[in-house]
Amino acid sequence: MVALFSFAGVGLRAGETDILRGVDLDLPDDGITVIVGPSGSGKSTLLRLLNGLERPTSGEIQFRGVSLTDVDIRAHRRSVGMVFQRPTIFDGTALDNLRVADPGIARANAVRALERVGLAAELADRNASDLSGGEAQRLCLARTLVTEPAVILMDEPTSALDVDSVHRIEHLAQTIAEEGVRIVWVSHDRDQVRRLATWLVTVENGRITASGEATAMGHVHDDEGFWSTASEAREAEAGSGEAKPAGGGAE
Amino acid sequence: MNNADIGLIGMAGASTLVIIALAISLWQRLGLERDLIVASLRAAVQLLAVGFLLAVLLDEDTPLAFAFGWVVVMLAFAIWTARSRAPEVPGIAPLAGMAFTAATVVALGLLFGLGVYPLNATTLIPLGGMVIGNSISATVLVSRRIIDEFSDKRAEIEARLSLGQSPVEAARPYLRNALRTALIPQIETTKAVGIVFLPGAMVGLILAGVDPIDAVRVQAAVMYMILGSVATTTTVIALGLGRRLFTADQRLVRLD
Repeated sequence: MVALFSFAGVGLRAGETDILRGVDLDLPDDGITVIVGPSGSGKSTLLRLLNGLERPTSGEIQFRGVSLTDVDIRAHRRSVGMVFQRPTIFDGTALDNLRVADPGIARANAVRALERVGLAAELADRNASDLSGGEAQRLCLARTLVTEPAVILMDEPTSALDVDSVHRIEHLAQTIAEEGVRIVWVSHDRDQVRRLATWLVTVENGRITASGEATAMGHVHDDEGFWSTASEAREAEAGSGEAKPAGGGAE
Repeated sequence: MNNADIGLIGMAGASTLVIIALAISLWQRLGLERDLIVASLRAAVQLLAVGFLLAVLLDEDTPLAFAFGWVVVMLAFAIWTARSRAPEVPGIAPLAGMAFTAATVVALGLLFGLGVYPLNATTLIPLGGMVIGNSISATVLVSRRIIDEFSDKRAEIEARLSLGQSPVEAARPYLRNALRTALIPQIETTKAVGIVFLPGAMVGLILAGVDPIDAVRVQAAVMYMILGSVATTTTVIALGLGRRLFTADQRLVRLD
């Protein structure tokens, strides 16, 4: 199976700092991939590379076998949507927000898009800045869904939300994944990883320390941290046969 | 009579005001006497130098090309000033160069083209100076505002890019905000003119004995010219800087 995203020798250097180094990685075209790592590890940058908000300074990234340097970036961004850490609400009503994604969207379709993320139809004409944090983040998800993406990137989308909202967004992500939209989710919350991940990637200090099926890596993560046991995780997945070695990171 | 005709005695009289400033500095032990003397002498020397230069440039026998040359010198100095006042703005020098040139061409082109003023050194140099001078502060204001807006709203702009908007579309609402913020002070100044303060050109004309109604007409034309040139400058800066803040592959440039 062609990987959803494939990294070959990817590095990103900003000034004198290596944010990512020697990343060789395949993400499966299936389910929910969670990228996990401590803050400053480069996991958000890894995600932002996927829709061209960052560009690697070395190596190549492919989306379903096509190099990102060969795609039309605007079309690519519409098929690989992004939800940010904090809700990125635009001025105007909820409907106005959806119209940024599709200026010609019919009202009925806009209402359907809101209802898909559990927002009531009457919120369409509400000023988007009056929504609660959780509602605003769901509006952002609805807005992204309007472009009918094949993949949605979620950059710690629940880190600023209350527990109820966290679970709603997680549940929405699972539903959307079941409908066939691939999800790549960045998190630093161990419990969230356990709830969501079908594939798990761990990032430390700009390198991939492990990548494999979440179930295969699960027993390692249950009692220890992800990061202290990254090498064990690598050993565990090497034994499982199913999982893919992270590779490349070791220099 | 011409009230603006100050003789040497008049100059000496005016300089007693500097002596008052010196006395205050001594009395209050401000330690500014040296600075005051240097500043006053420097101002006199600089103004005298400009006066001699203008006397040559404004002489009927001097070709108009020299006056145009002086406008170019003012442009160069204005670009240098803008760059030293807003060094944090990427590419400020070429942008300011484009903006000041556009404002000068548009404002003076219209004023002279429509025959509001006759084209000669006496009109070209002061009008050019006013257009360029006002464009400097407008440029610094609008470019700083744009940088602030792009730093504050970075996530929103990236969210727009992520929805497939082009950099031009994604930047538009934020450039609009910055432009409004930069233009409003100029509009407020235009509203308050005459009631709150009398602008320099009008004061100069009245002192020189020109009929106040004529002075007002000149001043109104100057105010409109400044409004138009500030609008031109800020728009050129907004469009140019808006482009520079994105990479060729449609990413937002890191500003920190």
